[in-house]
Amino acid sequence: MRENKEVIISFLIMGLLIISVGLFQSWAIALSILNLCLISSVMAIGVNISWGYAGIINFGVMGFIALGGLAAVVISEEPIYEAWSAGGLGILISIALITLLVFLVRLILKKLAKSNKRNILISLLIIFFIFLIRKIAGPSMEAIESINPATQGFLGGLGLPIILSWFVGGIFAALVAFVVGKIALGLRSDYLAIATLLISGIIITFVKHEDWLSRGVKNVIGMKRPAPYEIDLQESDWFINLVAGINSSKLNLISDITEKNQLLRDLVISASSVFVKLCFAGLFSVVVITLLILAQKALYSPWGRMMRAIRDNEEAAQAMGKNVVKQHLYIFIIGSSIIGLGGAMLVTYDGLFTPVSYQPLRYTFLIWIMVLVGGSGNNYGSILGGFLIWFIWIEAAPVAMFLINIFTFNLNETHELKKHLIEGVPYFRYTMMGIGLLFLMRYKPKGLLPEKIKLLKS
Amino acid sequence: MDFLNALVLLTNFIFVPALNYGSQLALGAIGVTLIYGVLRFANFAYGDLMAFGTMVVILITWKLQSIGIHLGPLPTALIALPFGIIAAILISLILDKVVFEYYRIKKSPPVTLIVVSLGVMFVLNGIIRIIIGTADRKFFDGQKFLMKAKQFKEITGLNEGLAIKSTQLLTIVVTIICALLLFWFLDKTKTGKSMRAYSNNEDLALLSGIDPNRVVMITWIIAATLATIAGTLYGLDKSFKPFTYFNNLLPIFAATIVGGIGNPIGAFFGGFVVAFAEISLTYAYKKFFIYILPESMEPTGLVQLLSIDYKFAVSFSILIIVLIFRPNGIFKGKVI
Repeated sequence: MRENKEVIISFLIMGLLIISVGLFQSWAIALSILNLCLISSVMAIGVNISWGYAGIINFGVMGFIALGGLAAVVISEEPIYEAWSAGGLGILISIALITLLVFLVRLILKKLAKSNKRNILISLLIIFFIFLIRKIAGPSMEAIESINPATQGFLGGLGLPIILSWFVGGIFAALVAFVVGKIALGLRSDYLAIATLLISGIIITFVKHEDWLSRGVKNVIGMKRPAPYEIDLQESDWFINLVAGINSSKLNLISDITEKNQLLRDLVISASSVFVKLCFAGLFSVVVITLLILAQKALYSPWGRMMRAIRDNEEAAQAMGKNVVKQHLYIFIIGSSIIGLGGAMLVTYDGLFTPVSYQPLRYTFLIWIMVLVGGSGNNYGSILGGFLIWFIWIEAAPVAMFLINIFTFNLNETHELKKHLIEGVPYFRYTMMGIGLLFLMRYKPKGLLPEKIKLLKS
Repeated sequence: MDFLNALVLLTNFIFVPALNYGSQLALGAIGVTLIYGVLRFANFAYGDLMAFGTMVVILITWKLQSIGIHLGPLPTALIALPFGIIAAILISLILDKVVFEYYRIKKSPPVTLIVVSLGVMFVLNGIIRIIIGTADRKFFDGQKFLMKAKQFKEITGLNEGLAIKSTQLLTIVVTIICALLLFWFLDKTKTGKSMRAYSNNEDLALLSGIDPNRVVMITWIIAATLATIAGTLYGLDKSFKPFTYFNNLLPIFAATIVGGIGNPIGAFFGGFVVAFAEISLTYAYKKFFIYILPESMEPTGLVQLLSIDYKFAVSFSILIIVLIFRPNGIFKGKVI
């Protein structure tokens, strides 16, 4: 029990922080912070699994998050049959051609010995296929994109419930992680960091510019939800009665009937947004708790011990007969697929898919800071980091505003410096994050909740 | 005549822009590679160091412009450049003292240093955005074109024009001067040799009495100078936007690794390799083929390998190909 004291205390403090936002700002804000904290925790667990368990540096977080988002689009959007009939065939043929190309290249790699001739053959083959695919897919893409471009202009999805996309997002991320891992995992740590970062850049470019698939920069908005919509709630009787019941003492104070109805309507509107967010919070909590249990079980299983052994001494683990390369690939795939799951959850919660918003600072490095602040190797730490860092990220602006007002209290409202600083308020969080990370790396490099290794008692 | 036209076409749309863009990448890549060679980590804060130096240059340029100082046909930013360089050097040295030195003495693994450089990146990122904002800033003045496409057509009588912007010439000339100076410095001077020795074998260098602090300091000075010059040239050529500078770090990393990380000459050529690949693979060759092929064989499509949207993706793919086939880069890396 004493071992867990730190964990319990830090989560209690975190809970109090969020509750105080609810009390001082509003419950809707507090709940949306909570929801994004939960999503961030999922992503942080994903990073922690590859970095904390196995010491694999994965800077491709942004790419896997985007793939999860793409899964949400592909699964939940209604299919657009017109687009399919206009260009579906071309797209399918192109996909088949890409698969054929991959197999051909693999075949050549297997059959021919390493030589310049082989490399030239492969590059010629790739160039030929690229031209062929562009020739076939180009007109199809144009046809698809020209169908009702303001709202559609893409193939649509499968029209399934969006919750399914959480799994599919994980699978998408896992498939890509397999390819990335095959290419890059043999590299030294700093090369791997750069390579994964750049590969995630390629993924984002793809999502941003393949309009037939994801509408690209035109964004997909108004996606399905696993939770009820505010407007439906505001019109359903049971919800109005519920709100009236909770606030009966407040409502009974007012005698005038129209005023009473007005108040009730306001209450219902604000309660509906809180209710929807609560539904999301419930769903997300289930995911986070399930993940936590699984991750903890894995960490203390023989497999987890093996991963730590590989992390701490690769040669020794290899000497014990562990296949390091294979295990690295596995854990990279597992970690990435959890990140993909987080990405799908994020798009589900936002209800929109905006490829332009995927930027490394926010989606790769911020998640990394969460893991490092929480304590690499400790799943509780990752969740705490997810909560704390997201909380600071959101609440930094009000705090910066407060500080600016204190330090410039004797300046006039119209003073140039003050005006300039106030315009820069949203960017203080970057500096704060950086300074926080630097202090942490210097004075508490193991994070707030350091990794605990249970020793077997003999 | 058609052949000449085709040649001019390629020069105008591939050769000149790629040389220009490649120069900007090359300068940045040399800086990254020097830091890697001497300090032994990939500095993710380098893009923001570029932005920081450029920001100072811009602020001083605006000041100069407002009091009416101009440099005739040349951009005013050239007067402001030394101040930007000094600011970038100062901030690099301060950051080294406050942040990086501790880990260097502790001999932390490279991953720790990468994370620390991420912290520095966030700090600089915030500071730059607070000071100058996120908007697109233009600070170019002076004469824009050395030769306009129309003039070229009139002089030569060809169908195709060749436009050369003054910033393009400036970029290429400055890059070549910087690179030559640097290679001479590393190759011929005592300090340069001590840097190479330190990068090659730290312990041996220490034994022969090389002062590590001096080597580190000079490395930061050179890296910050190159960062500011590269950043300013890029800003003059296109425009200044903090976000773009972070994004440019990625092709710079690609150029560094393609050239062999830790190898300045490799980084120099790596920049051009990446730039030429990016531009030549995303260029539509239709017009070129119309010029050189007989009419019956004229292409119907754009004859473009990849759409222009995939420009960045090309440099990343080159990096990956190089990592697979020649992990040490085209020129063997590791030491200066």
